[in-house]
Amino acid sequence: MHSKLKLYVLVALIMALGIGLIAYKHFALGFPLLPDDKKSVWTIEAKIDFVARGDPVIVSFALPAETPTTVIMEEDFASSDYGFTELSTAAGRRAQWSKRAASGHQTVYYRVSEYETDPLAAPPPAADLPTEPEKPEFDEVMKTAATTLLDQVRSKSANTEIFTRELITSLNSDTPSQTQNLLLNEKPSEDYKTHLIINLLALEGISARIVRGLYLEDGRRRQSLTNFVEVYIGNRWLLFNQNTGKIGKPDDFLIWQRGDESLLDVVGGKNSQISFSIIKNVHPTRTLVLRDSMNKEAGIIDFSIYSLPIEQQNAFKMILLLPIGALIVVIMRLLIGIRTSGTFMPILIALALIQTTLLTGIVIFLTVVGTGLLIRSYLSQLNLLFVARISAVIIVVIAIMASISILSNKLGLDQAMTVTFFPMIILSWTIERMSVLWEEDGPREVFVQGGGSLLTAIIAYLFMTNRTVEYLTFNFPELMLVNLALILILGQYTGYRLSELYRFHSLERRNVSGKP
Amino acid sequence: MFLASPEKLRSFGIIGMNQRNAGLISRYNPRHLFPLVDNKLKTKLLAQKAGITVPQLLGTLHYQHDVKSLKELLRPHDQFVIKPVKGSGGKGILVIVRNDHNLYFKPSGDALQLADIERHVSNILSGLHSLGGKPDSVMIESLIQLDPVFSDYSYQGIPDIRIIVFLGYPIMAMLRLTTHASDGKANLHQGAVGVGIDIGTGRALHAVQFGRTVLHHPDTRKTFSDLVIPHWDKLLQLAAACYDMTGLGYLGADLVLDRDQGPMIIELNARPGLAIQVANYAGLAPRVAIIETLKSIDPSPVSRAEFSKQQFCVQTGPQPPRTLHTRSSDNAA
Repeated sequence: MHSKLKLYVLVALIMALGIGLIAYKHFALGFPLLPDDKKSVWTIEAKIDFVARGDPVIVSFALPAETPTTVIMEEDFASSDYGFTELSTAAGRRAQWSKRAASGHQTVYYRVSEYETDPLAAPPPAADLPTEPEKPEFDEVMKTAATTLLDQVRSKSANTEIFTRELITSLNSDTPSQTQNLLLNEKPSEDYKTHLIINLLALEGISARIVRGLYLEDGRRRQSLTNFVEVYIGNRWLLFNQNTGKIGKPDDFLIWQRGDESLLDVVGGKNSQISFSIIKNVHPTRTLVLRDSMNKEAGIIDFSIYSLPIEQQNAFKMILLLPIGALIVVIMRLLIGIRTSGTFMPILIALALIQTTLLTGIVIFLTVVGTGLLIRSYLSQLNLLFVARISAVIIVVIAIMASISILSNKLGLDQAMTVTFFPMIILSWTIERMSVLWEEDGPREVFVQGGGSLLTAIIAYLFMTNRTVEYLTFNFPELMLVNLALILILGQYTGYRLSELYRFHSLERRNVSGKP
Repeated sequence: MFLASPEKLRSFGIIGMNQRNAGLISRYNPRHLFPLVDNKLKTKLLAQKAGITVPQLLGTLHYQHDVKSLKELLRPHDQFVIKPVKGSGGKGILVIVRNDHNLYFKPSGDALQLADIERHVSNILSGLHSLGGKPDSVMIESLIQLDPVFSDYSYQGIPDIRIIVFLGYPIMAMLRLTTHASDGKANLHQGAVGVGIDIGTGRALHAVQFGRTVLHHPDTRKTFSDLVIPHWDKLLQLAAACYDMTGLGYLGADLVLDRDQGPMIIELNARPGLAIQVANYAGLAPRVAIIETLKSIDPSPVSRAEFSKQQFCVQTGPQPPRTLHTRSSDNAA
């Protein structure tokens, strides 16, 4: 019992380690559990145009920040002849292009590729605490209008969140009252509206800031940034759409800049203009996550199969499938009780089937083994020694495979050509075993064991070629630990095999009828 | 129904393959002792040392060039058996019953040339019949003479008696009768008849062929009901003694009755199969459990055989069967 307990502890440890690693990779690093998981990668190009006056030029441009939900894959600051630096300021990252002297029309580009991820945990309380809002300076008329509007809104709201939303909706009302008209002027610009909302909130003692962002839509050109208002409520920054009052970040929206810093400063130039164009690409999530993890040098990825050259990775793709085949063999033999010729011969046959595809593989297997058996029976009459005979069988097998290849080529069947990948030694050995079995135990046993091997191989093949299984074994090699734990548990199984329920079924009848 | 319910089989104490491998073989048969029984030559020498009767060894061949001496070796013998030393499951055994003008006759009447026998020997030497295809040796034994008691029950072969010995106590027995279907071999897979034998009396209990109940021998049509194996006590004692000889806790002893020499051991098996349960219509687990509960193992094979006779007698048991505590109920608890 003691050793059994030890085994169960071991199994539990292995299982926990395996599942833990898988969970870490899935939840923390974002590895998807399904192969078809895809993400949109947005490539955004900001084009900055200005006319230089012949003096030294400095272009300073605010860059989007990497957040827990936004992953920046690639950035490109392509501008010929310009010196470039990236600055980190309190208000965020800025790009700075500079040139000693430039004149005429100038263009600089900034290109960024980014995608969104699901954050692992709820965002932590905002680190960038707001300063106490400064009381804005309004003239008398404006101040009265502002107070009136704030009073109205306040009377309709219960907390800051609703207050903000109500304020924004009433400012955007289709039938504006006089006060609203007075506050908004005729046709207010976006920026004016944003600042008005922030000022009104400040009057109420609420901290707010401007947020500029870009709606992501595939194939759009000449886009500009959209203003949002972010309000500090209950230790968190909440984003409000300033035209609808809707709370929260819209989907496919990239926050470019927070706060009232300028988006673009051009020193030594005029008529500066900025426009954005957007392209969407779809990439498998796995590729993106792998790249991101590599960049971050996550230990589990850095010391993994992914750090190997691609060629070896491909080899491992195959090798990592073997444990699945082993599990199938264990289940088939220990639980079902199917007899196979050789313990792991079915896995090797399954590997061969993977190379040839199922149907062709089976046909080739049966043809080669069948013909091989015939020839082997002739060889056995020649009174050869064992080693010589099996070597002769190998040569015969090669000859058969060559003829199948040539024949299929002449018939225009490309598929059968893959026969050359069929591991020859396996086939020769199968033929040898089968023919010995035939001599010793008769043809019935050959069909039982040969059929059992082939059946197990086909089931193993079906599992091993399943896209999801293939994906999971390669991307989560930790599954091997889970597999190992399962096999250790199965190794403990001392109950009946399915085939034994049949084997002993006559006993049941006898005992029911009253004999001891 | 084609399938038995696992609960029922368990309640009858039927042991399955997995349980045999884990609970009996790997538990009671230390790996290093396997060569003693896998190598028939070693077994034979061991048995001779322990004073157990075995078929006479006529000669051995170890290397391919020894095959040349085969003719000389066989000349004085009219009847003989050629066996691979490390063969399993009766594979590679060639029986010659008559030697006439350079023709060697099998029990079936087929005639072989010396060259055929030489090829058979070469095959054995190159490992065709051995476990894992390893190079093997050949042993030539004297032929066992059919005891007349079995003459009505066998077809072209010698029946053997398989006795399962657990920790030195014979716990179940089966007589294997050759048939036409089995090609004169005592191999249940190939169609030999398995007859469950009462440990207490040596009487036939029940017979199966290909897993189905049969009431009489398929070739000789003789019913099994009045079959009683002679020298039963001696057979049980011989089987029990194999435990002391090999140290294997779960052992299958194959014995035969020779017309002239009486009971003898022909082979021991460290991985005896489970078909014996079908032939006996009884499970091994309750009997294993009885022996496992014993405090000490009697050092004398004779008294162990006597204990088994008392304990496992089916027909006229001197004491009512005890309520049993099986290993499977151990596991369930």
